Amino acid sequence: MIKVEWLYWLIGLVFVVMAVQMAGDRSNPKRWTSAAFWGLLGLTFPYGTGVAGATAGNGGWTLPAEPLGVAVLTLIVLAGFNFLGKGVPVTTTGAQREASAARLGNKIFVPALTIPLVAIVCASVLDESGLFESGKATLLGLGLGCVAALVVGMLITGEKKVTVPLHSGRSMLEAMGSALLLPQLLAVLGSIFAAAGVGDQVGRIVNDVLPEDSKYLAVIAYCVGMFLFTVIMGNAFAAFPVMTAAIGWPILIQQMHGNEPAVLAIGMLAGFAGTLCTPMAANFNIVPATLLELKDQYGPIKAQLPTGIALLGCCTVIMALFAF
Amino acid sequence: MIVLLGVVVVILGFVTRRNPVLVVGVAGIVTGLLGKMNPLEVLAAFGRSFADSRSVTVYAIVLPVIGLLERYGLREQARNLIGRLGKLSAGRFLTVYLLVRQVTAAFGLNSIGGPAQTVRPLVAPMAEAAAERSTGAKLPGRLREKVRSYSASADTVGVFFGEDCFIAIGSILLITGFVNSTYHQEIEPTQLALWAIPLAVCAFVIHGARLLLMDKQLEREMAVAAAEHDLPLPEGADK
Repeated sequence: MIKVEWLYWLIGLVFVVMAVQMAGDRSNPKRWTSAAFWGLLGLTFPYGTGVAGATAGNGGWTLPAEPLGVAVLTLIVLAGFNFLGKGVPVTTTGAQREASAARLGNKIFVPALTIPLVAIVCASVLDESGLFESGKATLLGLGLGCVAALVVGMLITGEKKVTVPLHSGRSMLEAMGSALLLPQLLAVLGSIFAAAGVGDQVGRIVNDVLPEDSKYLAVIAYCVGMFLFTVIMGNAFAAFPVMTAAIGWPILIQQMHGNEPAVLAIGMLAGFAGTLCTPMAANFNIVPATLLELKDQYGPIKAQLPTGIALLGCCTVIMALFAF
Repeated sequence: MIVLLGVVVVILGFVTRRNPVLVVGVAGIVTGLLGKMNPLEVLAAFGRSFADSRSVTVYAIVLPVIGLLERYGLREQARNLIGRLGKLSAGRFLTVYLLVRQVTAAFGLNSIGGPAQTVRPLVAPMAEAAAERSTGAKLPGRLREKVRSYSASADTVGVFFGEDCFIAIGSILLITGFVNSTYHQEIEPTQLALWAIPLAVCAFVIHGARLLLMDKQLEREMAVAAAEHDLPLPEGADK
């Protein structure tokens, strides 16, 4: 059975190898601290196996979480105080790329399409086969798709050195910098908020403010609350239990007898509308800006903001009209 | 009440445009300590949740492949390809991508796209090529940013408002898991997925319309830019 931890080790290894390449790259003015950052990030992946094992309590290999916490704070300091630099990318010129595009033609799309194709096959056909750790087929499919695409890509382009894709990937990593770490850190913040009881507090405040027996106000409070709390947390999944325990369940469903699936499904989507509008949802909004090399890191959010607000309106209206 | 200061730290940090990594780190420490955890517990909480959220960084594994292909002209070929496809404007192309992304996500295929897998190597260059062909001139930097931002938005809106129509997706399972265990209900994922359909339609209509409007804005701004900077006008426009 293929385990998801193996994929994490592979990613850790990729980061460590790239860190070694960075340490030797004299064109990067901050090569040592950059290498320390990516190397340390790489090491957190296999170490995390032991920490996750201890949380799950499944008897596997266990390690204490505190040293990993120290490592995470070190990563925050390195990224937060601008210790990350980038070297001159190892790449081809525009003319070379045009020439190779002309030579390879549409064959160059084959490896790019291999990634989703393998991911689909793994997530659908092979999901039930017992080949993958249960519930992890999509993630493992993405990993396997990338490995397969790398092999196919090297065959099609005729590239023989495996260091070439690693150098290219490293340049993209350096261009993204700490944005790459942000989604994972926001997930950490979400769970610390939950452990410290931030959600309970918000629920209490909402209950104090909301007048009784006003269906439309309660619908608005639930949808707008999901939206705003998602904007703050960056994640509708973190907002959902809080707002549902505060308004959705006790008021909309129990008191006003709303249709349960309608209230819950639409409430979650009001949160998704919020995800479109916030830098806290870094992996959807900030990471694309860095990947696309935009000067304005809020470009994607600006493109999505009117849609997000309009969809919040749709959620509120649809829930008010059809859920009761 | 006092733990809400962590939320305040986050909001202030982003409003004053501090380094986001630092903001998140400080907010985490502040919230943990205010929530009556001791420093060792805060460290352990950082470590444990960092280990549990490793899956969100998995997309980094895509970078070497895309890097290799870009080196060999992937983006250039994506532009060439779209250059041959008839009358497709950037807005129409992105509307088609939005629809494809929604429909495939609704069938559970949500890793088929993404900013690293599809938007950077394929969608954004194609949209730029389409915009340049339909306006007949090279895009100035600001409009190029706009087309790229809208490319990212088509991907994100598509996956968000498509995936909930599929029953085995995280958000649907989170709803049933939370409600069924907390309130002892027996809600089926299919009932929830049904209610996601009207909003998927709204999302397509609203964002699709905005993508098509982007074409008009591009044309208008290109015309202004051409007038100001003497850029080459589209063929036949000045006769």
